[in-house]
Amino acid sequence: MSEMSNQLEYLSYKAQQLADEASQLASTVSETTGGHSDFIIFGITVLVLACFVGYYVVWSVTPALHSPLMGVTNAISSVIIVGALLAAGPIDGTVSKYFGLVAVGLAAVNIFGGFVVTNRMLSMFKKK
Amino acid sequence: MSNLSTVAYLISSVLFILSLRGLSHPTSARKGNFLGILGMAIAIGTTIANPGVLSYKEIGIAFVIGGLIGSIIAVRIQMTALPQLVAAFHSLVGLAAVFVAASAYYNPAAFGIGNVGSIPMGSLIEMSIGTAIGAVTFTGSIIAFGKLQGFVSGNPLVFKGQHFLNLLLGLTIIGLIVKFCIDQNPEIFWLIVLASFLIGVLLIVPIGGADMPVIVSMLNSYSGWAACGIGFTLSNNLLIITGALVGSSGAILSYIMCKGMNRSFFNVLLGGFGGEQAASSAGGVKDDRQAKQGNAADAAFIMKNSKSIIIVPGYGMAVAQAQHALREMGDLLKAAGAQVRYAIHPVAGRMPGHMNVLLAEANVPYDEVLELDEINRDFKETDVAFVIGANDVTNPAAKTDKTSAIYGMPILDVENAGQVFFVKRGMASGYAGVQNELFFKDNTLMLFGDAKKVCEDIIKGLEN
Repeated sequence: MSEMSNQLEYLSYKAQQLADEASQLASTVSETTGGHSDFIIFGITVLVLACFVGYYVVWSVTPALHSPLMGVTNAISSVIIVGALLAAGPIDGTVSKYFGLVAVGLAAVNIFGGFVVTNRMLSMFKKK
Repeated sequence: MSNLSTVAYLISSVLFILSLRGLSHPTSARKGNFLGILGMAIAIGTTIANPGVLSYKEIGIAFVIGGLIGSIIAVRIQMTALPQLVAAFHSLVGLAAVFVAASAYYNPAAFGIGNVGSIPMGSLIEMSIGTAIGAVTFTGSIIAFGKLQGFVSGNPLVFKGQHFLNLLLGLTIIGLIVKFCIDQNPEIFWLIVLASFLIGVLLIVPIGGADMPVIVSMLNSYSGWAACGIGFTLSNNLLIITGALVGSSGAILSYIMCKGMNRSFFNVLLGGFGGEQAASSAGGVKDDRQAKQGNAADAAFIMKNSKSIIIVPGYGMAVAQAQHALREMGDLLKAAGAQVRYAIHPVAGRMPGHMNVLLAEANVPYDEVLELDEINRDFKETDVAFVIGANDVTNPAAKTDKTSAIYGMPILDVENAGQVFFVKRGMASGYAGVQNELFFKDNTLMLFGDAKKVCEDIIKGLEN
């Protein structure tokens, strides 16, 4: 009797475990398939709104500072380094990782170069 | 992605927006740049903290090497070489985008987009578009850099069937992208990269040196859209927002530059401007009229006795590195009691705002430097207009001669000033290949010579 109850307990535990795994799998699936196609719509929403923000912000930039504007936008477009870091992240030695490392280096040239040169330009603009 | 990192990425997006907002005025601009740096630091820090990122040492080495190279270049570069520097930097963003996309293709698991050979369709489309834009940005910027630096001839390179070839290549790339999305073949991926590299070169070679402001802005825009494409692959809003900011910024700058030349964007892109006309005018009608020639001593004398002077700088000033001598001349004239101001045409120089930076470098206060519509009215009440290294942007033919290549372009009305000095190396026509009527006006004196040398001679004249 007690053996049976033990077995029952074990089975229910096993069932619980299976259910957990199944729900986990389902959520991964939805992340990779359904979740992603959802992101496209969400991403496009963000993209369109950001274009409007960009439009108004950039028109408010004074023409005298259009060169520094290019410097800053050049630097911040290197935010692509986020992708490069994820690519370079794994400890394995795959080709993918080395691509990532090269991209990290390239983006770093831009980030430092862009911000430093912009700072140099801006520090020259002085009032009378 | 955890909620915490999503919030951190959001904060850095906002910081990037504020950093551009800061550029609305010179006083807030440096703070804006600082906010941009902060935003970037947060973005990098957040990504490093991602559990998938473990190879700290290698990343650190790549980052430090890149950072050092970038900083050294940025500290050493001469301000006159700014346009080519920006073009070179754009090429790096493009190349980085290609590498990130390639990396995502070979190891999709690291980005959470399935496994090799079974990447979802949406990600494939985003990835291939991001790659193509990145690759075009890369080679296009390299050619633009070469033209600005003088490695490649600044003249437009046109050949028969050029536009047809570009169209064909463009369609090929679209076809390849479709094929890539269907069978995910690595060869197709690299073919997309190659074809995009090629079209990047072909798009920029027919465009002449003085159209580079439009092109540099356009490539700036492309580098943003490339970041955007990668953002979709990564499902990362920060990249999408930043890409959109940069993309729209570049697009607006291109628009402003095109407007400053009264040309459509496609007209610039189709290229060949200036080259043909310059050739035809050289072999065609000879202009026998004589322009009046003056010397530095005359100019010094006249300017010393005038009350108001407007200086119109152009690319020639940058080439001759004349900005410091020019500012010194301006200081002496101010000391003699004259009002000295500077008038900047939107397309003066080789990148948007180029002249403003050079004048700022020479310590000209920014409130003496005015835009076309702020100052154009004042030429008729001005004693002397001093044009140094500019040409087409002052040509009255843009208003009167409907057949002229520059008809309709907004110009600085220097002809309305009491006396016009034109500092020029010779009588050659400007970039558009159009003769400048202004040279033959009664109130114009030509000062032939190198811009810097002429300024120095005038300074000597003023000191005596």
